[in-house]
Amino acid sequence: MSLIEKTLAGGRRYWLWLGFLAVLMVMALLGWVQEQQVGLGITDLSRNMPWGLYIGQFIFCVGVGDAALVVMLPYYLHHWRAYAKVALLGQILGTVGVILAMLFIFVSMGKPVRLINVLLYPHPRSLIFWDMLTLSGYVILTAIIIFRLLIAEQEHSAPPLWTQRLVLLSFPWAVGIHTVTAFLLCGLVARPYWFTALLAPRFLASALTAGSAMLVLILLLLKRLELFDAEEDALRRLATTAAYCLVVHVFFTLVEFFNVFYGGVPQEVEHVDYLYGGLTATSPVAPWMWLSAVLALVALLVLLVPALRQRTPLLLAACTSAVISIWIEKGFGMLVGGFEPSPFGATPPYVPDFSEWKVAAGIWALGAFLVTLMYKIVFSVRKEAES
Amino acid sequence: MKITRKEFLELSGLSVLAAGALHAVHAVKAEETSHPAGAQADPPKKQMALAIDLRKCRQRLGCNLCSAACNAAHNVPQFSDPRHQVKWIWSEPFAEVFPLDQNGYTRRNYTGSPLPILCNHCDHPPCVEVCPTGATWKRAEDGVVMMDWHRCIGCKYCITACPYDARSFNFSDPRTALQQVNPDFPTRTLGVVEKCDFCAERLAKGEPPACVEACPEKAIVFGDVHDASSEISKALEESYSLRRKPELGTGPNVFYFL
Repeated sequence: MSLIEKTLAGGRRYWLWLGFLAVLMVMALLGWVQEQQVGLGITDLSRNMPWGLYIGQFIFCVGVGDAALVVMLPYYLHHWRAYAKVALLGQILGTVGVILAMLFIFVSMGKPVRLINVLLYPHPRSLIFWDMLTLSGYVILTAIIIFRLLIAEQEHSAPPLWTQRLVLLSFPWAVGIHTVTAFLLCGLVARPYWFTALLAPRFLASALTAGSAMLVLILLLLKRLELFDAEEDALRRLATTAAYCLVVHVFFTLVEFFNVFYGGVPQEVEHVDYLYGGLTATSPVAPWMWLSAVLALVALLVLLVPALRQRTPLLLAACTSAVISIWIEKGFGMLVGGFEPSPFGATPPYVPDFSEWKVAAGIWALGAFLVTLMYKIVFSVRKEAES
Repeated sequence: MKITRKEFLELSGLSVLAAGALHAVHAVKAEETSHPAGAQADPPKKQMALAIDLRKCRQRLGCNLCSAACNAAHNVPQFSDPRHQVKWIWSEPFAEVFPLDQNGYTRRNYTGSPLPILCNHCDHPPCVEVCPTGATWKRAEDGVVMMDWHRCIGCKYCITACPYDARSFNFSDPRTALQQVNPDFPTRTLGVVEKCDFCAERLAKGEPPACVEACPEKAIVFGDVHDASSEISKALEESYSLRRKPELGTGPNVFYFL
């Protein structure tokens, strides 16, 4: 396959980077094997926190999946020329994000060898069934799209009509994966922190924010590495998208807070209180949640003021803040808030163990690995097509 | 007709997609017709339930004979780390079992004293709803919420969905945490979820659950609440009883007399 061969031609920097990621991936694999052999008891997961870092990262990664939407939709539906070269990069990031999301579910399972049971004994009333179908469907759908768009670039032609139709199909699908992921949580009467109809819209708002901010960061990095020169116009538009989405994200979060605190139902207040340190003085998650809040406001300020967001260092800082803020809130706080405080008195707080961080880092490394290879192919194809 | 490699790849991609969609359709169809977990649509003819008389239970504070009998009968592993414990029937303080029934003026009997809790074998069990494989289901004939430990994939979604903390995940190998093994009951493996099954193995022989039998105060009554003449129905008619979190709509089938 000529496309795959393109990943084999690279300089020293390229191979060092891939090697570094491979080391992380191997460490994660070993860590995961140990978790499976000894049991998830060697992590910090417990009776009270059956889901932790992995499922939090799963939620965040599904959000990364929506990075595709912020560039593909304006380009294919509204013909924003500025995204002509960026749309495919966004789609690749999104697809890889969803692959990571599925892996995070996989490592969280106690009996992953039995995964096939979900298909052998399907139970459509379970949202996991739908999550599995929509996530794997999205990966297959967008993989076909990416492959066909690459061919089109190679041949200097417009993608065929069926590919464009698949692209259109991928837009509601991208909304769907995050909606189903929110439904996974917000239908549970047992968990007041998640039991809110606003959860799916909140997930989408934060996903679109993190997705567009991440794309800005990647484009700035590629520019710095002189691998891809994103147009100023594309960056400017992405920053505007991130600004709007962040406004909605912050708005949704505050709307939720109003409901919880003005209503004051104890079962609802205690979870938010726990997250922000109002319930116990020893909540280790509180500093992180406050950091997340401050970072969101900093990002909001910079992104909202055009004079600020047009300056590259500030844009870089704002997008980094937005991604970290949402990573803390969705990738960690969402789960802790769902389970803590425990219904049966004080339990030691959940602090992800080194093993969990190792596995999570390895999965992220795999993501970086896949994105690197795919971008390498894209840039090589474009270089050949130009010459 | 000649097919180029490109067309072939495009076609195979679409076929994979179509096959996936077809499988999903079949799955939904199968669920509608025959899957045992789909039985929730009809209320079970019988609904086994358990009523615990706390007036009698309090006569022996600190007694845990019901848990001990259950643990021995079902090879329930005894992990020392409280964060990894596996529990089928165990005790928690009244105030934490019934947090909404506290008003700040209640006697200590109703706040501090421990009481036994277990799976509520709900009318509408959220655990059954969320299980992606049907490894837990509500038995059509008597409403017992059952588990298949060989089918469970260990996703822990049921633990997340249960409002009663009634489900336990095996964070370590459960066979290492058994002092004695009851050969008549299976042991479990690492990475699966387990819970009380109302002693389905004893019900099959016409015997009451082990906890009911073990209670020296005869504080636990077991039976079919759909049968108006059963002992439990009569007891529930006579005295006012509480259930855990009935406001969630799960329809718990474990009752407590104060």
